[in-house]
Amino acid sequence: MAVAVGRPANDDLRNLSLSGHVGFDSLPDQLVNKSTSQGFCFNILCVGETGIGKSTLMDTLFNTKFESEPATHNEPGVRLKARSYELQESNVRLKLTIVDTVGFGDQINKDDSYKPIVEYIDAQFEAYLQEELKIKRSLFNYHDTRIHACLYFIAPTGHSLKSLDLVTMKKLDSKVNIIPIIAKADTIAKNELHKFKSKIMSELVSNGVQIYQFPTDEETVAEINATMSVHLPFAVVGSTEEVKIGNKMAKARQYPWGVVQVENENHCDFVKLREMLIRVNMEDLREQTHTRHYELYRRCKLEEMGFKDTDPDSKPFSLQETYEAKRNEFLGELQKKEDEMRQMFVMRVKEKEAELKEAEKDLHEKFDHLKRTHQEEKKKVEDKKKELEEELNNFQKKKAAAQLLQSQAQQAGSQQTKKDKDKKNFFFM
Amino acid sequence: MEPSAVPEEEEEMPLTAASGPAGCQLFGYVGIEAVLDQMKIKTMKTGFEFNIMVVGQSGLGKSTMVNTLFKSKVSRKASQPGQEERIPKTVQVQSITHVIEEKGVKMKLTVTDTPGFGDQINNENCWDPIIKYINEQYERYLREEVLITRKRKIPDTRVHGCVYFVPPTGHWLRPLDLEFMQRLSKIVNVVPVIAKADTLTLEERAEFKQRIQEDLKTHAISVYPQEDFDQDPDDRLLNDRIREKIPFAVVGADQEHQVNGKRVLGRKTKWGIIEVENPAHCEFPLLRDLLIRSHLQDLKDITHNVHYESYRVRRLNESNRPALSPLNGLPGKGEGSSNL
Repeated sequence: MAVAVGRPANDDLRNLSLSGHVGFDSLPDQLVNKSTSQGFCFNILCVGETGIGKSTLMDTLFNTKFESEPATHNEPGVRLKARSYELQESNVRLKLTIVDTVGFGDQINKDDSYKPIVEYIDAQFEAYLQEELKIKRSLFNYHDTRIHACLYFIAPTGHSLKSLDLVTMKKLDSKVNIIPIIAKADTIAKNELHKFKSKIMSELVSNGVQIYQFPTDEETVAEINATMSVHLPFAVVGSTEEVKIGNKMAKARQYPWGVVQVENENHCDFVKLREMLIRVNMEDLREQTHTRHYELYRRCKLEEMGFKDTDPDSKPFSLQETYEAKRNEFLGELQKKEDEMRQMFVMRVKEKEAELKEAEKDLHEKFDHLKRTHQEEKKKVEDKKKELEEELNNFQKKKAAAQLLQSQAQQAGSQQTKKDKDKKNFFFM
Repeated sequence: MEPSAVPEEEEEMPLTAASGPAGCQLFGYVGIEAVLDQMKIKTMKTGFEFNIMVVGQSGLGKSTMVNTLFKSKVSRKASQPGQEERIPKTVQVQSITHVIEEKGVKMKLTVTDTPGFGDQINNENCWDPIIKYINEQYERYLREEVLITRKRKIPDTRVHGCVYFVPPTGHWLRPLDLEFMQRLSKIVNVVPVIAKADTLTLEERAEFKQRIQEDLKTHAISVYPQEDFDQDPDDRLLNDRIREKIPFAVVGADQEHQVNGKRVLGRKTKWGIIEVENPAHCEFPLLRDLLIRSHLQDLKDITHNVHYESYRVRRLNESNRPALSPLNGLPGKGEGSSNL
């Protein structure tokens, strides 16, 4: 049965006008409702030295108290500590994961400080990739652990970036959205701050570090993003303690010389950071992570594994074939392993058999030996028995002979007595 | 806007994300709910895609129905005027794509028509081209998904919903209907409708529906909304109400008439005007609400999460078929369809 499948090319899409209300303008709402029922995931990585204010800033940003112990300064290496929290605001459920770098910048030799961080990020990408490559997969209820935003805490030296910062950021910029922030900004005066910021930005640019660019292609957010980008890196102050200011309570840090208000835009850029991170660009951060960083990781990983999009003749390969090839390879390996194991097993069995045979032989020998000894002893005993019998015989003979002699002697004696008697009798006659 | 309180616990695990999320109490407004607006803006910018397929014998009013649904001339017939309508000798699958916009929401709508279905004397295997078409769309998507360098947004041509038109005989489902729906409900969302329902009285309609529902149950055909995919009790309640009314008895019309001073879409006959959008006359509004206003995203989700995934599983498990060798020419024509 011949079949014709006609599909017009995508170029001649027609625009139609509707003559009435159809109702698909509710589509975005339908989509959003689905997402709200599933909940959102957001994962933040905080990179910075111990004591620079990472936990405090997280508490301040999300207006809550994430219980944690402050880290010590004598960690042997950098390790990452991840904690998940469920936050709910009106009808939006957010699964927030905060990953902390414990011990960053504390070691004497910081050459390998960035490695655990890169490994962690890659591990999350790998987990997602594995799930995506599975045959039977469940992506729609997968708990996404990929890092969506990396807040890099810069120490407020007032001069420039440390080389550790540059190296770490360079390693991370292709894997995660980096948002640099100046921590503990209340130690820098206003004029110094301006110089510090421009120094940092120029250093980042000259070293080719790609930090996260706030998107400016959307009219609704372009303006606010553009104005905020000018203030990068944000100089923030974190505080969860409230101080009475005027007639309100506000989050602030109290010093003998004054009060630094966290939410006052003249004092620090905390409000800007919160706007950018949460209220304006959260979705964009998630999207960038998925479409840019994750895709890059996936591409590199798959190419490493030997998959290609086109074969040497530049005809498109299908993943099916490479799956096939990989599967056959894997099965072949399994088969080889199986054979090896079987061989080893056979060899072991043989060895054991030989051992047992040896033992058997030994036993036989022993048995023979014992038997022989037994025979010899028996013979000896027999000989002795014979001897004994002979002796006994001899003795019997001798006894018999002696008895005969005795009886003869007796007879002779009795005869003698008779003779004597007769003689006597004769004499009497 | 007030936060909810859940007691918190924490876990520590190096190199892997913590397993059990702890609940935290928010002391004030953070602004997390702004993410909903961000999402809306993003999706409105990228636009939506929707692919619908209509299947049924000639003359059941499929093209008119589609035009009525989207209130514009989206059907193939309307877009290619001047072509003579002849019943084709074989089943053909033809698609046409339009971009429609409403209140800032752009939708790329693809309507796939199947002229020739069920029209021959011998209708054996007339569903094969349709099944093949559906599987081809899945295949296309799978190939895109499996590339090393993927596109930012994979073009989605998979059929999200298949509207099957049942002729209003008033008796039972015909063997052709049963066969088709049995095969197709496994790979795509099937929405059966009673076409040209203005030939049935209300009692006949109710009886016919009853019999159809029994038929569907006896043959284990799960039409949209499928019972297995109800996510929570609210969903189940809503979908149960819809399931009671399946299949919808619809009438299509693309001409407007004057009724009580208003202009309504309807069919004018000597004995009255059948108003398409009047729930007392026909169930077209229910169909439209289901397909567009409330369950459109759900149709797409089930297609993506269930039907596409099962296609993918089947495809990736085919280890002894040399299906997609580039040396054999074009990919498996006729191989994917005979899996059913």
